[in-house]
Amino acid sequence: MWEYTEKVKDFFLKPKNVGEIQNPDAVGEVGSIICGDALKLYLKVDKETGKILDAKFQTFGCASAIASSSALTELVKGKTLDEALEISNQDIAEFLGGLPEEKMHCSVMGREALEAAIANYRGEAPRLHEEGNVICKCFDVTEEKIRKVAIENHLTTVDEITNFTKAGGGCGECKPNIEAILRDIWSLKPPEIPQKPKRLTNLHKIALIQEIIEGEIRPGLQADNGDVELIDIDGNKVFLALRGMCTGCLMSDVTIKGIQDKLRELVGEDIVVEAYQ
Amino acid sequence: MTTIYLDNNATTRIAPEVPNEMLPYLTDLYGNPSSMHTFGGQLYRRIEEARAKVASFIGAEPGEIIFTSCGTESDNTAIMSAVESHPHKKHVVTTRVEHPAVLNLCRHLARKGYRVTFLPVNSLGQLDMDALLKAVDEDTAVASIMYANNETGVIFPIKEISEILKKRGILFHTDAVQAVGKIPIDLKTLPVDMLTLSGHKIHAPKGVGALYVRKGTRFYPYIIGGHQERGRRAGTENVASIIGLGKACELAEKHLREETTYLKTLTDRLESALLKCCPDVRVNGDINNRLPNTANLSFEYVEGEAILLRLNEYGICASSGSACTSGSLEPSHVLRAMGVPYTAVHGSIRFSLSRYNTEKEIDTVIDLMPGVIRALREMSPYGRQTIACPPE
Repeated sequence: MWEYTEKVKDFFLKPKNVGEIQNPDAVGEVGSIICGDALKLYLKVDKETGKILDAKFQTFGCASAIASSSALTELVKGKTLDEALEISNQDIAEFLGGLPEEKMHCSVMGREALEAAIANYRGEAPRLHEEGNVICKCFDVTEEKIRKVAIENHLTTVDEITNFTKAGGGCGECKPNIEAILRDIWSLKPPEIPQKPKRLTNLHKIALIQEIIEGEIRPGLQADNGDVELIDIDGNKVFLALRGMCTGCLMSDVTIKGIQDKLRELVGEDIVVEAYQ
Repeated sequence: MTTIYLDNNATTRIAPEVPNEMLPYLTDLYGNPSSMHTFGGQLYRRIEEARAKVASFIGAEPGEIIFTSCGTESDNTAIMSAVESHPHKKHVVTTRVEHPAVLNLCRHLARKGYRVTFLPVNSLGQLDMDALLKAVDEDTAVASIMYANNETGVIFPIKEISEILKKRGILFHTDAVQAVGKIPIDLKTLPVDMLTLSGHKIHAPKGVGALYVRKGTRFYPYIIGGHQERGRRAGTENVASIIGLGKACELAEKHLREETTYLKTLTDRLESALLKCCPDVRVNGDINNRLPNTANLSFEYVEGEAILLRLNEYGICASSGSACTSGSLEPSHVLRAMGVPYTAVHGSIRFSLSRYNTEKEIDTVIDLMPGVIRALREMSPYGRQTIACPPE
């Protein structure tokens, strides 16, 4: 039994926007009855503004396929085509309060139908499989699709690829190929770890400042027979006492400034270094 | 909302008489049957009584029954015993439509270097007997062929198969988990060597099964340890559940004849009404050689999981061979082995009945099903037929 959210159940039992649009401006069709799910998306588009006035769907598939299709139509209505193209399969899944991992391919199918419909509207040729690069023969999944979905969703394992694209979920013969593709993607381009702004706790900050002073600053000063001692840290204020040859040196202001620059670079922009009197 | 349980090939309701019989062994009589003191040792007798009931139900001798933890354990024990006790034979025969308990074990043996023949079936799910005759040879350690299929209910000609194999001196195991309790089985006239049965498919609790091993059959234990079950299955006995299995067999034996007729009437009523009310429906499996409780129908252009979850809203429990319900992405291996087109496999629904189902429940399903199918077909890009049941 799948753990579906209430919203998935709701959008499956009472789906919104089911049916056909008469004289649609765009139609996107993906999947097949053989694969076990298929989605036909109809759009009515305002020619002036490019806004999606209406969206309807017909889906053959399981509860999450029907719910994902319905969620897609709700998400695109009122958006311009360009805005609609920003909708990712994750957005569809999130709209539904999440999908079971094994059912993520339903959200991917929604995203694909949307792309197909918009390409259809813009008169672009439906993208055909490039020669000979169908990786999963059971579910007719191309290398291109595996790469795209893997990068968009940060997928690193074959199981994840199967959950999101079905590739490898049939006879399993293509699993080594999928693995090779994944190795290729993530070794050429390591997964981008989103740069979180460093939020240091006071303890971390103090430890870091001590480390930098001990490891990087003191050896330089000591080489010139000078030295520095960390006296106190108060918020972003760092109190230092210059020692040895530095004491009374005419260049002491420059030295303090240099230490401040170093700490600003390595710890935080707001660091202020003051000489302890 | 009341539950209408039509998934009895998955598991069954415990017969109300069964827990009553088990209760003392879950409370006061907690001893170990292997103990020397009366408090524990007296339970040994109770287990032997249960063994006699199970044996009587299938026409066996009590000494030919080994209690196990489930059908899967019985299947594994039987096949592994056969290969272990015939170390020079490196060939195993089974079918493409077995339960995973047998199928995956045979695949495992294949990886270990055994030659495994998976016999095909035809579009009605009937076994290819010629293929069986061609497959077996002096290198065959065992043939394991199910009695009746869990998905379609199709019954294999076990009498004919067992006689052929006996003549050729091939050890024969049958997984009869679905057949026991639904059709009469008499091992006095049926020359199979080993037979698997499971408690929870015949209104006993889960966690208990049995393996019949014909007297004189070479046997090698699967679970190694203590002397329980005369050294053939180690591990302290699951006393209460064994008592429960005995009781369930006693009940089944008493009612089998009338139940078979009752189940067939209800199943036929359901099947013929759905065939009439819903367009583009087909039956999967040989209806002339089928368990009396099982109907497997394919509703074209709609997907099985969606049907099940809509039925679930009405408290109706059934199952499907569709890919989405299997946990894998592959639809039923049984229906595919039969060559059922994918369009129909995805929309396959199995109804499996028990003695506890009523005519009223069946009529409720007959009333609701066309609406469920119609609603899903209206959503589907493929099927648009909306013919409903003509008012009677």
